[in-house]
Amino acid sequence: MKQRPSPYPYWFVLPAAVVFVTLFLVPTVASFWFSMTRWDLFTAEFIGWDNYRQFFKEPFLVQGLVNTLIYAFVTSATKSVLGLLLAVLLTSGILWQGFLRSVVFFPVLVSTIGVGITFQALMHPTKGVINLALSWVGIDGPSWLSDPGLALYSVAFIDLWKGVGLATLIYIAGLAAISPDYYEAARIDGATRIQQFWRVTLPLVRPATVTVITLSLIGGLRSFDIIWATTRGGPGFSSDVLASVIYKQYQAGFYGLATAGNVILFLLIAIIILPLTWWFSSREVDL
Amino acid sequence: MRHYPSAALLAAFALSAGFAHAETVLSVTTDGNAETVAAMEALTAAYTAAHPDITFEIENRPGGADGDNLVKTRLATGEAGDILQYNSGSLFQALKPVDTLVDLSDIQGSVIDSFKSVVTAPDGTIRGVPFGPAMGGGIYYNKKIYAELGLSVPKTWAEFMANNERIKAAGKVAVAQTYGDTWSSQLFVLADFYNVQAAVPTFAADYTANKAKYATTPAAMAGFQHLEDVYKAGYLNEDFGVAKFDDGVRMVATGEAAHYPMLTFALGNIKQNFPENLEDVGFFAQPGDDPARNGLTVWMPAGLYIPAASTHVAEAKDFLAFVASVEGCNIMIGANGATGPYLIKGCELPKDVPGAVADMMPYFQADGMTAPALEFLSPIKGPALEQITVEVGSGIRPAAEAAALYDQDVEKQAKQLGLPNW
Repeated sequence: MKQRPSPYPYWFVLPAAVVFVTLFLVPTVASFWFSMTRWDLFTAEFIGWDNYRQFFKEPFLVQGLVNTLIYAFVTSATKSVLGLLLAVLLTSGILWQGFLRSVVFFPVLVSTIGVGITFQALMHPTKGVINLALSWVGIDGPSWLSDPGLALYSVAFIDLWKGVGLATLIYIAGLAAISPDYYEAARIDGATRIQQFWRVTLPLVRPATVTVITLSLIGGLRSFDIIWATTRGGPGFSSDVLASVIYKQYQAGFYGLATAGNVILFLLIAIIILPLTWWFSSREVDL
Repeated sequence: MRHYPSAALLAAFALSAGFAHAETVLSVTTDGNAETVAAMEALTAAYTAAHPDITFEIENRPGGADGDNLVKTRLATGEAGDILQYNSGSLFQALKPVDTLVDLSDIQGSVIDSFKSVVTAPDGTIRGVPFGPAMGGGIYYNKKIYAELGLSVPKTWAEFMANNERIKAAGKVAVAQTYGDTWSSQLFVLADFYNVQAAVPTFAADYTANKAKYATTPAAMAGFQHLEDVYKAGYLNEDFGVAKFDDGVRMVATGEAAHYPMLTFALGNIKQNFPENLEDVGFFAQPGDDPARNGLTVWMPAGLYIPAASTHVAEAKDFLAFVASVEGCNIMIGANGATGPYLIKGCELPKDVPGAVADMMPYFQADGMTAPALEFLSPIKGPALEQITVEVGSGIRPAAEAAALYDQDVEKQAKQLGLPNW
């Protein structure tokens, strides 16, 4: 069949194209160029791959890279598991369901910087509420945000607290899409609640799981604001992630180096997320 | 920048009318430190009183690395206003002053030479005037604790550590550290520079020329070692990892801690927040190994600069000349009291200075008892020093390894500055 020509001329695309090209395409291409220069905002001197070499030589970078992966996987995994459990609980018709749903979602709406400052106070080693509460039951609480082995996980916990509401919301929508017929059939076959969860809920809520994992993994990989608001990558470099390492290079005036770091972060996210999305979409199942 | 078009119009009008009755608004950017704000407000108020056609718009910027970033970006985009308050020394050099700041060589009449050298651009022109007093980097101590335990001011690091041991034995916090404000962790390294220079007089020049390294110069390594030692000995406050600068000031002023390594500008904070404790606090230079050579590492004050993109260069220059005069200096002393010597010829400090300032002044009065901090002798300061010193001071990284890591950081900065030999 011959396709009818569109009634709209091609130049209708122009306004959108101008915005896209100037605000997205040009800066992206420019950042590839600037990542190859020694750039101080005034002059840019071409130095080839030196910035990339320097970035991988950064002693804090390897730790930042490992931390980024740990942080992304920990937050993504806990958000999907906890989000699903909360969603199942909050769709089961428990008392005050609507109120509890808003309680779970509320932290998503609060400013990240505000959350960071609040948790700095809550997690203070001697005056914080958390350690005061622990001391009543005789536990000597650690220094949550300034213990080098713990800081990253403390921040991941704050991220979980703040972000789990969004995962729950997506799961609630996913659960609502499952037809009650399946549960009825399962019950007739004598399936217990636990069997229903594993055999009906989990496979059928899969699209929501894919969305939650993808979103929270991308969010975790490029996470910056909550880390900067709580530990600034410290103590020392122990909770540094790629984004905070990059930010510090900008602060120090190493603009070319920082831009190279951003290109690397972009590639890293692409390398992890693209195959994951392909894998998820290739395994769409019918029940 | 809402006033911008009208200000430009007014400026054009002023040029044709020969500055007759033109009203000019000068925009000023300063850090948000209470002392800075008080001094700037007093200076601008006095200047407007004498020149009613000039008014000011003061904006506070963040301090530390966030502020560095902001200042550089604004200078690069030509949005840094008419007057800028910013560090002198190596941070000033990182602004590329030849391209971004106005030449102020012709208003240096009253400025003391030692300051001129730290705001001189690579082309030999002077691009700033001093704002505020020179500072010492050393150790504040609580006089009540010293009196109670019968301690005396240490002349060597070993004596300092012996004092700490006795303070700890008495159940008190010997050294306050505030790594929640990471910049404050650098003091033991930076304030040790008098001792470094006393041991290796050519260190600053060799370091700039890529010939001397922290890791391979034992005297330069000592500062890192000190950080490790006070941590390992358990002399620190329990919340050292999250405490902030204000906590450190409170601890040493009220006797919660016996020592706090800091720059002397902290005295302004003590004066404002703990006026009744002002005389409980004393100050001594960071001691080294040799009791005969116990001198003070000195920080030059920040400078005031005029961004090259300013549209009111003539007016801003006249104000800066006023700041760099004895009159301007006296206004700053009036606003903040005397916390250190001003770098203006003929500007005398009042006789009744707080005890900690009186402790500091003798270093300035004797020859060879002061040395500028390294950042005023060399354009290179590694940007990651504050994270590295937090690591050493928290027992995460041993001192020797940290010094080597800092050398790498320094190399990165030197390359970015495009220095020869790197």
